[in-house]
Amino acid sequence: MASRGRCPSLNRLLFTAKYVTLQSRLCVLHRRAQYSTVYSPNDKTFDKILVANRGEIACRVMKTCKKMGIRTVAVHSDVDSSAVHVKMADEAVCVGPAPTSKSYLNMDAIMEAIRSTGAQAVHPGYGFLSENKEFAKRLAAEGVTFIGPDTHAIHAMGDKIESKLIAKAAKVNTIPGFDGVVKTAEDAVTIAQSIGYPVMIKASAGGGGKGMRIAWNDEETRDGFRFSSQEAASSFGDDRLLIEKYIDNPRHIEIQVLADKHGNALWLNERECSIQRRNQKVVEEAPSTFLDPVTRKAMGEQAVQLAKAVKYSSAGTVEFLVDSSKNFYFLEMNTRLQVEHPITECITGVDLVEQMIRVAKGYQLQHKQEEIPINGWAIESRVYAEDPYKSFGLPSIGRLSQYQEPLNLRNVRVDSGIQEGSDISIYYDPMISKLVTYGATRAEALALMEDALDNYVIRGVTHNIPLLREIITHPRFVSGDISTGFLPEVYPEGFKGHQLDRGRCQELLASAAALYVTAELRSHRVLGPQRVTCSPVESSSWELCVELGNELHNVSVTKSGNTFTVLVDEEKVDVSGDWNLASPLLPLTINNTHRMFQCLSRTASGEMVLQFLGTSFKVRVLTKLGAQLNSYMPEKVPEDTTSILRSPMPGTVIAVSVKAGDTVAEGQEICVIEAMKMQNSLTAVRPAKVKSVHCKPGETVGEGDLLVELE
Amino acid sequence: MAALGVARSSCGLLNGLRTSFRSFSQVKHGAAAGTVTQCSQQNHCRWYSVSHLSVKERIDNKRKAALVGGGQHRIDAQHKRGKLTARERVELLLDPESFVESDMFVEHRCSDFGMEHDKNKFPGDSVVTGRGRINGRLVYVFSQDFTVFGGSLSGAHAQKICKIMDQAMTVGAPVIGLNDSGGARIQEGVESLAGYADIFLRNVLASGVVPQISLIMGPCAGGAVYSPALTDFTFMVKDTSYLFITGPDVVKSVTNEDVTQEELGGAKTHTTVSGVAHRAFENDIDALLNLREFFNFLPLCNKDPAPIRECHDPSDRLVPFLDTIVPFETTKAYDMVDIIHAIVDERDFFEIMPNYAKNIVVGFARMNGRTVGIVGNQPKVASGCLDINSSVKGARFVRFCDAFNIPIITFVDVPGFLPGTAQEYGGIIRHGAKLLYAFAEATVPKITIITRKAYGGAYDVMSSKHLRGDVNYAWPSAEVAVMGAKGAVQIIFRGKENQAEAEAEYVEKFANPFPAAVRGFVDDIIEPATTRKKICRDLEVLASKKQTNPWKKHANIPL
Repeated sequence: MASRGRCPSLNRLLFTAKYVTLQSRLCVLHRRAQYSTVYSPNDKTFDKILVANRGEIACRVMKTCKKMGIRTVAVHSDVDSSAVHVKMADEAVCVGPAPTSKSYLNMDAIMEAIRSTGAQAVHPGYGFLSENKEFAKRLAAEGVTFIGPDTHAIHAMGDKIESKLIAKAAKVNTIPGFDGVVKTAEDAVTIAQSIGYPVMIKASAGGGGKGMRIAWNDEETRDGFRFSSQEAASSFGDDRLLIEKYIDNPRHIEIQVLADKHGNALWLNERECSIQRRNQKVVEEAPSTFLDPVTRKAMGEQAVQLAKAVKYSSAGTVEFLVDSSKNFYFLEMNTRLQVEHPITECITGVDLVEQMIRVAKGYQLQHKQEEIPINGWAIESRVYAEDPYKSFGLPSIGRLSQYQEPLNLRNVRVDSGIQEGSDISIYYDPMISKLVTYGATRAEALALMEDALDNYVIRGVTHNIPLLREIITHPRFVSGDISTGFLPEVYPEGFKGHQLDRGRCQELLASAAALYVTAELRSHRVLGPQRVTCSPVESSSWELCVELGNELHNVSVTKSGNTFTVLVDEEKVDVSGDWNLASPLLPLTINNTHRMFQCLSRTASGEMVLQFLGTSFKVRVLTKLGAQLNSYMPEKVPEDTTSILRSPMPGTVIAVSVKAGDTVAEGQEICVIEAMKMQNSLTAVRPAKVKSVHCKPGETVGEGDLLVELE
Repeated sequence: MAALGVARSSCGLLNGLRTSFRSFSQVKHGAAAGTVTQCSQQNHCRWYSVSHLSVKERIDNKRKAALVGGGQHRIDAQHKRGKLTARERVELLLDPESFVESDMFVEHRCSDFGMEHDKNKFPGDSVVTGRGRINGRLVYVFSQDFTVFGGSLSGAHAQKICKIMDQAMTVGAPVIGLNDSGGARIQEGVESLAGYADIFLRNVLASGVVPQISLIMGPCAGGAVYSPALTDFTFMVKDTSYLFITGPDVVKSVTNEDVTQEELGGAKTHTTVSGVAHRAFENDIDALLNLREFFNFLPLCNKDPAPIRECHDPSDRLVPFLDTIVPFETTKAYDMVDIIHAIVDERDFFEIMPNYAKNIVVGFARMNGRTVGIVGNQPKVASGCLDINSSVKGARFVRFCDAFNIPIITFVDVPGFLPGTAQEYGGIIRHGAKLLYAFAEATVPKITIITRKAYGGAYDVMSSKHLRGDVNYAWPSAEVAVMGAKGAVQIIFRGKENQAEAEAEYVEKFANPFPAAVRGFVDDIIEPATTRKKICRDLEVLASKKQTNPWKKHANIPL
């Protein structure tokens, strides 16, 4: 972890003084980075648009609608009735109960909402009905504009098999592999064998990483087939699958295209989306460190060829896998607005939603290819409500008890659809927001991302900021040496949080001690008239013991003004700050370096949880006497967890594979929990006999609920 | 008042203990001290021999002896049990260097059963008493010393405790008792019983005058349990503390029940089942540090206003979190503690009895620095209904706040009193009346927020306007009604068709805050996000509230 002695305001000052030209460029960047905020009302589009989605993307679309003077209609499920996107819209219609199949995928109800509100067009966002040709057809039948490509393009690109054939015909590089529908597990194995392992199995109809599994042998192929077809059925209502050659160690780079109904098409540069976990993107950036202008142009042109080949209109994304020799292969085309579209908007200044709406109305593209710039660098972190310590992220749920986006920082964009008090439920995607930072250079955008993550306050749900911050500061990521296997390669043992070096450890200990003393001193400040005078012990130095992990550190603290001089294991650390005990953010200056801490909790018995460098650390501060006496306190034995299986997350029990009395082998599947549309197989950690089963299929379980007891 | 097995066994051990303090010889403390013959010889000549030690040296020696209590190996044994010594506890509880000890030289006066022997005399006897400061604020403390005769209560022991209680009353400062005692000093017989009664009397007289807190850190059994029971708050240490009238052996012989000490009177039992203790902590250190924190909330006596601590949390902070906390479906639960955390200063809420009668939440917090008592129905547990246990829990808390000038903030989401034979036979009528009584007689500032349901008699009970609530707010989600729509419609339109329609009409008419607001039963309907701001502002004004109840010798709460 580099110790950046940066003071943002000072830096900005230096900029103004020395690099006037750069500064003015930055201003342009700042204005254009999100997307143009000024809209010329000459091109009349629609009066009213219905946004058939929820969460951040619904809010994102509505933002542009508002800019364009278009009235908006939100649809929502009953549990979402006070969601941000509902409050933001001019009108809102409830389309059903919480499960997506009954609300956001409920075409009848959405069609009725369109009719009742008189919306002229529908923006589908991403996911849900965005690539559903049936929906597009029904809209067309009622004369409502679908803000997206025409049905035939959705159809052509939505089918992984057909899309490849078309791509091949359009002279787009494609991955060696098998194109065909897979009916049974044994078929899958035969196909996989003929392609040669490893192979990737995914739903034909699905986009993104959902329903996608990699198999290295016959057994995994059968498993993959089973899971993928189940997920495909539950997410898309279409259980067809696709098997193709899996390219080891690839990068995932995609090209944003924009096309109109008049045969014009543009490419808006690439997005590097290689940092993934379980085939879902985590951190994206634009441009990619890996592409040279020649490769970029080649990829862009192939993407445009494909778009033209399917008479594509609207915004779309052509995904490529790029190997280490910069050979690129067409992966698929997403015929919708992508989750990670903001980074493209940042570097090109084009408002993609605005362009989609214009194109849908039938206007020609406003830009020419040569007018599409790469201005600076943009990074996007997907902030999820999930526990990164469990396979890089298992969903967590809860209510956001405190929530503060780092919008106080310049050049930060946060696309979110939640606010303080929002409930993150098991029904929907657990994404909290997309945090985007941009700067003139990649280093600047990365440094800003660090600050933004440190300033992001999320309480009430477990989140993945620890992981995000580790990724963006990892030497391999910083140098641009990444692939889709980044996470498992860098953290083969699983993610364990930030590993403090000696210096950082001392900073943490010193800050904890200073915070403890601040709280102690505050307890002395009793206000109002007193019958018996309060006479606290006046002291200016404290001898403390701070416990971190299993280690005890002797710490002595002296205070003058707002500065604490702390001796940690005989080394001096200066800590100063404004020491507000109520604020969730604790900005400190440690040895003249600015550090952002967050105090997540502080108890009377000296325990504190501090978020530092993205990771939460548990420390305990005791007085010397307290620490000495603490050694007499008995250790309480925690529950033996190898013989009980608890639900690692809240969700629904899909299948229970054992019953009481069964003998299970190590690694054998015990039950399957579905949460946020992900199926998770829970396995036995050791061979044992099943003592009792406490769950049954269809049951909803909470995190930590007892599922199965082993003997 | 039977002294129990614990005491008996520890005394038995002590009979064999050779530790003694003798002012005439320089025997190392804690070492075995010669034979019984030698002892008796020395004892025999004690009063007549001329000491070669100066008075000053004798004082020093006595003080040193007092500091080691029952001797090093008893101290080691105490540590081995995971317990701290009486003095270590006091040191940790109080500000450094603030402890002023009294009665260090007091010894027991028993002369039976060999107790008069030097080896059985310990300066200070089995309790450490004195005064000190917690964050600069005055407090009186006694800490029973298990290393001396198992902390058993002698006449001298009781006398020491009474002395500091009397002083606490004269200056107006709280009393904290750290209990770790095997029970009565059986050798002293009735003197020990008298000692208990002396303490009980003072507990009762001090009740409502100065806060009294008991922290049970070891055994506390037999008659001894009534002192903690009379104090305002009883805290326990998990796994190492017990409270019971009679121990497992006696229980076995009388009722033939097999029960362990832990099951019978451990921290878990008393904080979840019996409601005797108000909270349990992991170990001695945790308990003492939490007690310091708890103490910060309390005024020193009933003449003082609720204390105000420096506050960093803006009093006008808006809490958007609250706007979405109450679910749309009236049948769906939410956690009242979330609301409390979001509203109070720095999310700092010291909950009292968090694991007992969980359908009501009570505890201390601060609003703009000032201590307040919080009472809230908990929709998450039994729909937040009032039953016997929750009524008693709430009533006792409200009365404490009222006695010590602590404003009460009540969050109401109550569907009514719990029906059923168990409740009726258990006397829900007289127990429910306690909560009603407590809220009605309270003269401290009372602010009430109806978050959702306020049905039936339970609405009246929960600090309603009619019981002299100073400020009563309703959130837009509030429904003040005699009962839920379904039940009401079944009565009003019994046997008629179109029940669903009638129900909808009832909901339209009554399932909202207007019926109460138009009658002035709530002062305002407020946006939930502004609740903190409004409460802080109201408390500022209500700080000068003066209200007195009619003169009476004492009131007659339906016990």
